Amino acid sequence: MSAEPVLRVEQLVKHFPDGRGATVRAVDGVSFTLGAGESLGLVGESGCGKSTLARTVIRLLEPTSGRILFRGADITHAAKRELRAARRGMSIVFQDPYASLNPRMRAGEIIAQPLRIQGRYRRSGGRDRIAELLHTVGLEPGHANRFPHEFSTGQRQRIGIARALALNPELLILDEPVSALDVSIRAQIITLLDRLRTEIGLAYLFIAHDLAAVHQTCDRVSVMHLGTIVESGSREDIYRRPTHPYTQALLSSVPVTDPALRGSRRRIRLTGELPSAIDPPSGCRFRTRCWKAAPRCAEETPELVNRNGHPSACFFAEFATS
Amino acid sequence: MSATADVPFEPAAPGVGRRRGVLRGVLGTPSGLLGAALTGTLVVVAVFAPALAPYDPFAIDGPVLHPPSVAHPLGTDALGRDLYSGVLYGTRTSLVVAGTVGVLVLLIGALVGAVSGYAGRWADDVLMRLTEAFQVLPRFFLAIVVIAFFGPGIDRLVLVLGFTSWPMLARVVRAEVLSLKQREFIAAAKAHGASNVRVVVREILPNALPAAIALLGLVLAQVILIEASLGFIGLGDPNAMSWGYLANEAQRFLRVAWWLPLFPGLAILLAVLGLNLLGDALTDILGGRR
Repeated sequence: MSAEPVLRVEQLVKHFPDGRGATVRAVDGVSFTLGAGESLGLVGESGCGKSTLARTVIRLLEPTSGRILFRGADITHAAKRELRAARRGMSIVFQDPYASLNPRMRAGEIIAQPLRIQGRYRRSGGRDRIAELLHTVGLEPGHANRFPHEFSTGQRQRIGIARALALNPELLILDEPVSALDVSIRAQIITLLDRLRTEIGLAYLFIAHDLAAVHQTCDRVSVMHLGTIVESGSREDIYRRPTHPYTQALLSSVPVTDPALRGSRRRIRLTGELPSAIDPPSGCRFRTRCWKAAPRCAEETPELVNRNGHPSACFFAEFATS
Repeated sequence: MSATADVPFEPAAPGVGRRRGVLRGVLGTPSGLLGAALTGTLVVVAVFAPALAPYDPFAIDGPVLHPPSVAHPLGTDALGRDLYSGVLYGTRTSLVVAGTVGVLVLLIGALVGAVSGYAGRWADDVLMRLTEAFQVLPRFFLAIVVIAFFGPGIDRLVLVLGFTSWPMLARVVRAEVLSLKQREFIAAAKAHGASNVRVVVREILPNALPAAIALLGLVLAQVILIEASLGFIGLGDPNAMSWGYLANEAQRFLRVAWWLPLFPGLAILLAVLGLNLLGDALTDILGGRR
């Protein structure tokens, strides 16, 4: 890994006013780094702040505090021109391939849009570049003249990916890119993303709400719960040796594919709702749903303690029994 | 090829262009077809009025108060003027007024609606209160007042109707913009560094305008009615032949010449009906398409 990470996020906080004087603490002090060509999976249940984090990193939302460094440059409060330059190097793919494409633009125009915005359409090769991008994501040059409604869901997501690749970015933020897709198409898109990463050497910030989706694509995985990261580590660490109860619960919800192994694993069922991000529980934010919760969990906030490159924010961090 | 490799895609919908789809949708329903036919006829008649009309509408050269005949298909008035030519030229006046008012309304409505919906906050508050102020203006009486002050004329009629008919349109555009600006394709454009102007012009307006254009048909039907009403009470432009003027002239001969009020009235009815039907059909199609 090169000395300078592509993306470094330090103590990032994003709070929203809820309109009644209270504050929604959507992202509450998140730090991570992402090296060149590296792929980091960010996993957590709905409402834990993953999408807010993604949108804050690419500055669609203004961070409340903390720092975002892209290629070593601080873009936390970058002004228009700086930000425009930074946005040539990072790009985002959205969850809903129906909402993320302008219904009144032809596919070719949609893909050309980042190039036109940055004034590079002609320099990049114009129509030839569009044809090349379509080819890269497995579509045909002739598709450029069609409107989004003439494509299937999977094809639409490919167009979204082609658009994100148009400026040759170093970093791709994938905001649940396969969550809205059928299982069969999901596999196609993940394979495509995998291939792009090895061919182009992209860094991914891959956001998903289940661990299965990131397993194939990610080198490292961070687990997010209610605005904070509770555990992170290599793919092996997270899948084989999860230490945080929340990670263990998430893992146990991944269906077992081998029928012979079915029933052999302890199934953890969480009871209760995700606590409110307006008024999170004191101490550990997971304690209200945790089977290990002790009085200490309510009094002190567990820090993300590094244990051999496998940090976990739990007082009772342990390896899973199975 | 393995199971997870890039298998060829499921076939997409056949290549139907968006515009052709809209056209087919409008012509596919009986009311839409009727609306489009009526409106199309109006436009053709207005454009080719001099070629279609057998006489100068103001020329006094026929028999007086003659009922419809071969020489004068819709009869003549008390001065011997050809009513058929009058109705044809009246179409021109009505459509010129409706068309220019339409352009004004679309420009103001789209601008106010887009700024209001996109900028939000205080700009939205200010513009919406302004819109409400314009919305409660009694258009017809305002037009009468303006004509009373400045004398009859098409130019001032267009201006007064144009500057008072946009509120509905602005509200529709604003509502569309409010829902569109939350969509992810707007976020995608911004994430690549698109300016606000670019987002509004390239991403939002093309999606917001169809609903506005659909409503425009209904607004223009009202404009045609107001123009005709003003002509009817004698406040129309005396130099331009219009349906309202013809209906006004007919008042004194209601009992002796049934054709004089009937044909201008029919023209007004068909024009308003056509625009309304077309507007409704467009609303059904464009409003529902996302």
